Amino acid sequence: MIHASHFTAVLLFALFASTVFGITMRETPRRMFRYGIYCFTLFVGSAILLSWVMFLIAR
Amino acid sequence: MLYSQKGMATTATKNDAGQNSQQGFVYLPLIAGWLVPGAGHFLLRKWGRGALLAASIVGMFALGLAMKGKIYTGAQDILDLLGMAGDLGNGLLFFVSRVLGLGADQVQVTTADYGTKFIVVAGLLNVIAAVDAHNLRTGRKS
Repeated sequence: MIHASHFTAVLLFALFASTVFGITMRETPRRMFRYGIYCFTLFVGSAILLSWVMFLIAR
Repeated sequence: MLYSQKGMATTATKNDAGQNSQQGFVYLPLIAGWLVPGAGHFLLRKWGRGALLAASIVGMFALGLAMKGKIYTGAQDILDLLGMAGDLGNGLLFFVSRVLGLGADQVQVTTADYGTKFIVVAGLLNVIAAVDAHNLRTGRKS
């Protein structure tokens, strides 16, 4: 059984979801790659941002 | 006088070749892509895309199981129904896992909750990939 941390789970989720989004939402390999990176950044960035917001609200 | 030369591609023969490549059951990549992740793209000879999609979806599903995620077997309420709809998107992975009894019966730890979500999202991503294969087949996407 894998005991992934919250952040590891976020990274894995973002990696797989971004790969599928990149391939299916764009047509050329270059644009697929760029869109994949864009989605990955948004996934991880929004998770970090929301985590800080929840941390500050909980204080 | 009719002029033709062996090996020369006329407009008519080009059109015939194009039509032959579009013949067959148009929903085959969609169904194959749903049953086996990436299979729809493999049928269309998109080897790289298919391999990446298969690795992502199967990897996500396997990680979900490794985290002791739950596979929905019935629908007691609306949330279970939605979870099962997501799980069904995994195609054969879902049915084989149910037959083999894989996945936890109950979510007991936090990681198992992540795992359950990984399995559901893998199914939803597989549906997106299968629809993409269908769009490639119909020519809506290149």
